[in-house]
Amino acid sequence: MAPLIDVRDLSIAFPRATPVRGLSLTVEAGETVALVGESGSGKSLTALALMRLLPDAARIASGEILFRGRDGGVTDLARLEDRTLRRVRGRDIAMVFQEPMTSLNPVLSVGQQVAEVVRLHEGLSRRAAFARAVELLDLVRIPEPRRRVGDYPHELSGGMRQRVMIAIAVACAPRLLIADEPTTALDVTIQAQVLDLLDALRRDLSMGLLLITHDLGVVAEWADRVAVMYAGRKVEDAPFETLFGAPLHPYTRGLLAASPRLDASQHYSAGALAEIQGSIASAAGEEGCAFAPRCPNARALCRAAVPAVEVVAPGHLVACPVTTATAQREARHALAFG
Amino acid sequence: MPLLSVENLHAGYESGGRLLRAVDGVSFAVEPGETVGLVGESGCGKSSLAKVIMRLVSPASGRVVFDGVDVGGLQGAPLKAYRRQAQIVFQDPFASLNPRQSIAEILTAPLAVHGLVPRGERLTAAGDALERVGLPREALTRYPHEFSGGQRQRLGIARALILSPRLVICDEPVSALDLSIQAQILNLLARLKAELGLSYLFISHDLSVVRYFADRVLVMYLGRIVETGSWQSIFARPLHPYTRALIEAVPTPGRRRHAAPLSGDLPSARNVPPGCRFHPRCLLATPLCTQSDPALRPLGAGRAVACHHAPEEALH
Repeated sequence: MAPLIDVRDLSIAFPRATPVRGLSLTVEAGETVALVGESGSGKSLTALALMRLLPDAARIASGEILFRGRDGGVTDLARLEDRTLRRVRGRDIAMVFQEPMTSLNPVLSVGQQVAEVVRLHEGLSRRAAFARAVELLDLVRIPEPRRRVGDYPHELSGGMRQRVMIAIAVACAPRLLIADEPTTALDVTIQAQVLDLLDALRRDLSMGLLLITHDLGVVAEWADRVAVMYAGRKVEDAPFETLFGAPLHPYTRGLLAASPRLDASQHYSAGALAEIQGSIASAAGEEGCAFAPRCPNARALCRAAVPAVEVVAPGHLVACPVTTATAQREARHALAFG
Repeated sequence: MPLLSVENLHAGYESGGRLLRAVDGVSFAVEPGETVGLVGESGCGKSSLAKVIMRLVSPASGRVVFDGVDVGGLQGAPLKAYRRQAQIVFQDPFASLNPRQSIAEILTAPLAVHGLVPRGERLTAAGDALERVGLPREALTRYPHEFSGGQRQRLGIARALILSPRLVICDEPVSALDLSIQAQILNLLARLKAELGLSYLFISHDLSVVRYFADRVLVMYLGRIVETGSWQSIFARPLHPYTRALIEAVPTPGRRRHAAPLSGDLPSARNVPPGCRFHPRCLLATPLCTQSDPALRPLGAGRAVACHHAPEEALH
């Protein structure tokens, strides 16, 4: 069966920059895929493109966003008209944003905001929609939903506001939920509650979950598969075990080595953390690998052409010619000499 | 003698006619050359504590003693002298540098205020400060917007260090930075500490960073220190249920999809629960916890914990 969403060779352009180039990505039903990257990597822009919510100045320059609907038919969201789009957005694909305070309307009660979605997409009456809103607040584990339904966003904590955002997003049982840094603004104990909730909903509603984050810990614990972005391009894509157990791209390896971990024995008194040298490159350059200026393994060929994304093992894709060559040599060696 | 000693410090703000007790009876010390990590969630009072220590906010009661001198009542020249020795690096390198000032102006201003270096030598001193944090001298003529987040945090560190302080309070110094830049800044802070013999009060909400960077750890909850100990002992054997939950909540590779260790929200400092302030979220809470506020009780071996149900002494 075709994946739930199949992004092919997507490029997003502003008049004078192309911050996302040639991105391919799939999410299956019931799967959690993490899209990881640092600021400027293009991960949030990608999410907005899937929702067709790009800022006015930006456009989808090329590529396809193939989405498998409830009837099994496949539509290209990149080319969908606004009218049809409005039926898909919020119903089949929904999104949770990072900052729940700015995404909720401060002058409407949370109940009104949840009810609005079900009235719009499911045509429920005012009364039925309100009852459904109470159910949804209960679904996202807001205590005393009957009392909370009349609260305004400012009366709720950050964690509770994010639960309301999630209730709005899952109101129509979407097939794909995109969560853009859903816990970055939250404390660590609250973050655990919200991730736990998102994961339970993914399971119960058989949703695909695209989790956009900069936090490798979150990825390691909650994602089935991980795509790593750097400067607008995907540099590695692998199942989570592979990405954390045997990462191949020098950027992925650098990120993992640079992060202090709770379960490691590192301490500043015993030695410095591994560093990735230099500053983050922003939009992808025309020539060569964008990571080459910071890469310990860079060769002449890295600066000559943009590396293609190549399959090095089933489900493991890497955009690094140096790494790929080594991996293939090792594979041949293993075949020849057992 | 400790370099900094904080004794039963209280500080708060008036908020909607009620008192918000941001710092509610905090005591600890920072020894010379030591990095003390202060960890806690938002609203626990860790940044307020930093501001009180810096005398940017006045304490309601309690003492802040620096190098044997109570800094609470200092005014004029002695206060200025204290601030030369205790400096702060802020979280947001975008908000803490004046966008209209060149780097030369930003770095020479503290020298001028404190009259430390003759006028003609201040630019040289500013250039030295830049090189110490890994930036080129040529940066002097440039403006903050020309630098990335990581470079700006280096500028913030250069500004704090240009007065040769003995104590540097780092308030979430890497929280606004990308992961690949965070390690650069942590390594820089560690190197500067060794070179200049600094002491740090290192404030962070990120347990992995505190575990890596602190010699000793203070865990703060709703205005109180609830547990202290060496970094090894705190992370190997947390004794307070809140510390345990904090550590447990950090997502870690190899622990797939574990349930959240704590339910409920962080209460507001406007509305501190009676008895033990953690009891509404605590799995171990008994009727005693709802009535009696546990003191921070020393257990030996540098450990202390504020919990009625903690062991009588630290095991090693």
